Amino acid sequence: MNPEMILFFIFGAVSLIGAIAVISFRHPIYSALSLIVTFFAQAGLFVLLGAHFVAAVQVIVYAGAIMVLFLFVIMLLNLGTLSAKGALTGKLKGVAIVLGILLAVQGIYIAVNALKNTALQDAEAATETVTTYTIGELLFSKYLLPFEVTSLILLAALIGVIVLVKRENQTEN
Amino acid sequence: MDNLPLHVFIISSIVKILIIAHLLIIGVMAMIWSERRVSGWMQDRLGPNRVGPQGLLQPIADGIKFLFKEDLIPNHVDKPLYVLAPVMLLVPAMIAIAVVPFGSSMTILGHEIPLQIADINIGILYILAITSLGVYGVVIGAWASNNKYSLLGGLRSSAQMISYELTLGLAIIGVLMLTDLPDEILTKLGDDEVNPLSLRHIAYAQGVHSWNILVHFPAFLAFTTAMFAETNRLPFDLAEAEQELVAGYHTEYSSMKFAIFFMAEYMNMIVGSAVVVTLFLGGWHFFGLEAIGGPFWSGVISFAILFVKTGVFLFVFIWVRWTLPRFRYDQLMNFGWKFLLPVALTSIVVTGTLYIATNGNRLWIGIGNVVAAFIVVAIVAGMLAMDNNSKSAVQSTPAAAPLRGLDAVE
Repeated sequence: MNPEMILFFIFGAVSLIGAIAVISFRHPIYSALSLIVTFFAQAGLFVLLGAHFVAAVQVIVYAGAIMVLFLFVIMLLNLGTLSAKGALTGKLKGVAIVLGILLAVQGIYIAVNALKNTALQDAEAATETVTTYTIGELLFSKYLLPFEVTSLILLAALIGVIVLVKRENQTEN
Repeated sequence: MDNLPLHVFIISSIVKILIIAHLLIIGVMAMIWSERRVSGWMQDRLGPNRVGPQGLLQPIADGIKFLFKEDLIPNHVDKPLYVLAPVMLLVPAMIAIAVVPFGSSMTILGHEIPLQIADINIGILYILAITSLGVYGVVIGAWASNNKYSLLGGLRSSAQMISYELTLGLAIIGVLMLTDLPDEILTKLGDDEVNPLSLRHIAYAQGVHSWNILVHFPAFLAFTTAMFAETNRLPFDLAEAEQELVAGYHTEYSSMKFAIFFMAEYMNMIVGSAVVVTLFLGGWHFFGLEAIGGPFWSGVISFAILFVKTGVFLFVFIWVRWTLPRFRYDQLMNFGWKFLLPVALTSIVVTGTLYIATNGNRLWIGIGNVVAAFIVVAIVAGMLAMDNNSKSAVQSTPAAAPLRGLDAVE
């Protein structure tokens, strides 16, 4: 077992524990913090794959910016702890069960396949440090269209937010 | 670097980590002393001068006092998070220094050892990522305290950090675009190609070309201002505004926990200064002084140069504190989004355009950056003035509404 393998299992375990903690904690603040732990462990996994840039972006964007906003909203609304009852009722419960089963099937399928194909070893062999230069070049040549479309979608969302906020202000006045 | 034998690499890394970690803590003590003495000097009073010569032992006396104070945990706090919060602030402050090069390189016992703990290939992004995590200590500490003043401080801090982080990241891009190295330095460093994200390459590039502050002056101003905001220093210390919020996010903290908050703030300042010096002020270069002496002494001298530069910049921190009054909350947001962000964005556009147009002539890029920044600031200021005029014509200016929707907290 080489050091990378050990690190992989550590990061994997931390990320799983964090993910379970997100849905187990009753208090939204604790859930949000567990989610940050998961993001961190995933950044570690990206580093192991040689994708340093993706790891850094994962921490900057998700852990550094988006989760701060989550915490901000949770604190501002002062959400209390959730009670065990009433969280899942009626139709929602059925949907949850169906989706849960689907997810479990997917997970088992991937795990079985990975064991068969020894995908772990393959991934290890393919590990090669991806520099920002390569990512930039790919974004502006091969993946130019998806890149531009994504930026357009983000821009639309941005404008939408501004329009919504402006309308609210007008009715206030 | 890569060519070091494993045992040399491990031993030298441990030594470097120990030295830098201790320097950070000693630096915090020096900052506490100099902040109080310089403040005294600027206000025409003495400051602490009783403990030791010139009051130099005052930080140690403070530390002992903090250690022996009762470690009070108030009744209604969220205990696990309340205890965790100071650590969540301290750890990012300490580990960010790992990628900052504190000198060129030093030859000891025939091994050339780079004076940097880790030269990872995403260098500057690592610093941005780590510093963006510091906000959690503030926010969690504020929330766990279960105190309205603390919560307000934490909310202000998180909004402020998110707003100024953008400028912090964008202001660097111009620097990254122009970072290049001649081949002989690259072979000396053992790298195949220039990696603009590496702080080491950025510092070496400033030894070859001019210092980045000359080429990217507006970006330097934007970055420095954003850094003041990120470290919660005056004029951006709304998270702990004494007159409004008692002490902001650390109101409920006492004893060593309070001291850790305090230490983290000073560490952030030290790391921030070292980063600004490396990015914009030439790193360890000082007009060829760093090349004097053999392979051993040039390393020592380059370290000393960086040390002095960082110290000077830290003095600027204290200087600004007693020069500028605190911003109002809406002024803070306006300044960040309407002035700093456009300036940072302009620096990217202008640097990129002029790099192509003038074939990478640094003089023209430098001039173009300053002129463009002036134009942008003038346009924004004009638009704001027009906006204010049309508003005051209809109604009297509405009172500042810091943090809309705060009634929801109650």
